[in-house]
Amino acid sequence: MTDEKKHKHVREPLIHLAKRDNLPRSKALLIRTIAIALGILITCVFGFLIIGWSPSRIVHAMLDGTFGTENRRWDLFEKTAILLCISLAVTPAFRMRFWNIGAEGQTLIACLTSAACMIKLGDKLPNPVLLLVMLVLSITAGMIWALIPAIFKAFWNTNETLFTLMMNYVATQITSYFIYIWSVPKGSGHIGIINPTTHSGWLVSIGDYPYLLNILVTIVMTITSYIYLNHCKHGYEISVVGESEKTARYIGINVKAVILRTMCISGAICGLAGFLIVSGADHTVITGSVGGLGFTAIMVSWLAKFNPLAMSFFAFMIAFLGKGAKEITTLSGLDSSFADIVTGFVIFCIIGCEFFINYKIKMRRKEAKHE
Amino acid sequence: MKKLLALLLTALMILSLTACGSNDKNEEGSEEYKNIKVGLICLHNEQSTYDLNFINAMKDTCKKLGIPESRMIIVTGIDESNACYEAAKDLVDRGCNIIFADSFGHEDFMIQAAKEFPKVQFCHATGTKAHTEGLANYHNAFASIYEGRYAAGVAAGLKLNEMIESGKITADKAVMGYVGAYTYAEVISGYTSFYLGAKSVCPSVTMKVQFTGSWYDETAEKEAAEKLISAGCVLISQHADSMGAPTACEKAGVPNVSYNGSTVSSCPNTFIVSSRINWAPYYTYAINCVKDNKAIAADWTGGFAEGSVELSAINEKAAAAGTKDKVDAVVADLKAGKIKVFSTSTFTKDGSALTSYMADIDSDAAYTPDTEVIKDGFFHESEFRSAPAFDIQIDGIELLNSKF
Repeated sequence: MTDEKKHKHVREPLIHLAKRDNLPRSKALLIRTIAIALGILITCVFGFLIIGWSPSRIVHAMLDGTFGTENRRWDLFEKTAILLCISLAVTPAFRMRFWNIGAEGQTLIACLTSAACMIKLGDKLPNPVLLLVMLVLSITAGMIWALIPAIFKAFWNTNETLFTLMMNYVATQITSYFIYIWSVPKGSGHIGIINPTTHSGWLVSIGDYPYLLNILVTIVMTITSYIYLNHCKHGYEISVVGESEKTARYIGINVKAVILRTMCISGAICGLAGFLIVSGADHTVITGSVGGLGFTAIMVSWLAKFNPLAMSFFAFMIAFLGKGAKEITTLSGLDSSFADIVTGFVIFCIIGCEFFINYKIKMRRKEAKHE
Repeated sequence: MKKLLALLLTALMILSLTACGSNDKNEEGSEEYKNIKVGLICLHNEQSTYDLNFINAMKDTCKKLGIPESRMIIVTGIDESNACYEAAKDLVDRGCNIIFADSFGHEDFMIQAAKEFPKVQFCHATGTKAHTEGLANYHNAFASIYEGRYAAGVAAGLKLNEMIESGKITADKAVMGYVGAYTYAEVISGYTSFYLGAKSVCPSVTMKVQFTGSWYDETAEKEAAEKLISAGCVLISQHADSMGAPTACEKAGVPNVSYNGSTVSSCPNTFIVSSRINWAPYYTYAINCVKDNKAIAADWTGGFAEGSVELSAINEKAAAAGTKDKVDAVVADLKAGKIKVFSTSTFTKDGSALTSYMADIDSDAAYTPDTEVIKDGFFHESEFRSAPAFDIQIDGIELLNSKF
């Protein structure tokens, strides 16, 4: 018996996987596009099975629900902007492999800070000064919320995932406490719109477009983030710390300082997002002011592979799917969780397609059958 | 590559095949209401009994009036944030001329939209600000549900009497338990009226109240009910939206007076009766106002007479004998105005009867008491505004905690 003979009896499996070395960008893009199309196709089939709508009607409803009127377009872009802003916030930390899942809390505590300023200082400061104070304090609040877990990580190497997660709950509880203190009428658990007549602390609207400023700020932040992460020394340091802390130390990067600095930036952008939510749109605070965007942002950041420009696409896509699917639920009387299901389908396809980008599927070659 | 393209093309073809499938059914509806388009904004979806109550009322109303589904738009899952304002604007864009919202926290955003669209009517259930905002197109509504709870309380009191007579408990052990959502006027008014109803037939009754701090938290409501039962409560009622308390009662074999609708199917041995608000009479009223081009009242409160307050069928298996006759008589007296639920002769605070009480009717951040509500020997509930304002903690009711 020789090894050779044995080898002949080993059957080659029907399908086997091979790691791809380097897929050209255009091909990767094609695979992703197909994935999104597939996600929408599944949505259509699902929609057809559940409510009996034709695919064209589903697609039409989604487009109409998002772009059909001027208000819908503004709402869509405002939603995109806030989601994108929070996604930008989590990204520097992720690039550093610091798993900050506390964006929800960092943003909420900033929302609370903004609202507190509006309630307590609304009639004491002129509006431009008040807005400035709100902005600075909200950013500081977000920063502090991010810095606490960062300090523990940098000095005592605590688990940042658990720590940032728990900080979310602390922020929620503090917020609900203050909502009780400031609730109108007493005991109702609602603050309601703050300064509805004086509009103190309301972000000024450019022209007739109340959300335009939110959107513009986010665009500026996106470009700044891109430059900061890709073309600045800081951005490079973040990447090196992410790749290997030891290498970073070896080439003389102060790892602790980078961790603290990066989390400060993360928290600060969350703070900015919180300010935009309260001052630019809601004009009040509830425990659900951030509404899970802090977690959705993590997904946006990952899907875009931490690239701020790609993030704007994915933030838009998620906002579009959510709003579009909601239109279907409204028109058909379906349960509102249909929107989550649809978003889930598409994201599943996008994440799933990464497999085909990283691996090649090889079928057993026919020649193998011949002796 | 080619395979992929082929696949995509096939998919596209399938899509285009089905593309010309269906069209909107264009139901005509009744001629009278042909210009009416109604919108309803709900906090949650049908899974919540609270929102379901509104959604069913809206569907019933539109069906009865002959407004087709294409002109009745219900949006669910709308947060008490800017989302509500956006939803309201969108309903205006869709051509609605009357828009309802169902949750307390929607109020300010409805007002914001009302200011922007003066030609559209905005009606908000449970809110408190319509009478102070002074907008011609913004309105509040509620029901005198305290009357319903009073009548349900009578059924509870009769059950306690039965327990006392049968020797199961002594008169001083007639303790009821109440699971409340928040320590807030709406809930306080509710449990006090329930208590006074029971007390009107069983003078020795006392009550313990446990709050959950949420309108819908099945676990918390269940635990609160269990806690009350172990603290010696022999009958439970609740003001929260889940099945937590009723199921805890069924498990422990403790009689339950429910809310939002009958729970007899899940609790056949312990369910006595339930009160609920039926929003259909208000919806009918408001829609008719728009149709006839009449002004809608800033505050609207419906009672038993309007059909806004309803009692479910009494479960003979759990209720004391003769409950139905007595409750029917009480309801008739409430309708006729013979019984005033918050009559100052029936309750005391710190040992003495109240002769005056200033309530915070006009909501403000400082909770300034602004209106005298005790006149002619009773507390004028839901008279100066539709939402309940009774927030006095009376003797005989012990609060085990408070939650805001």
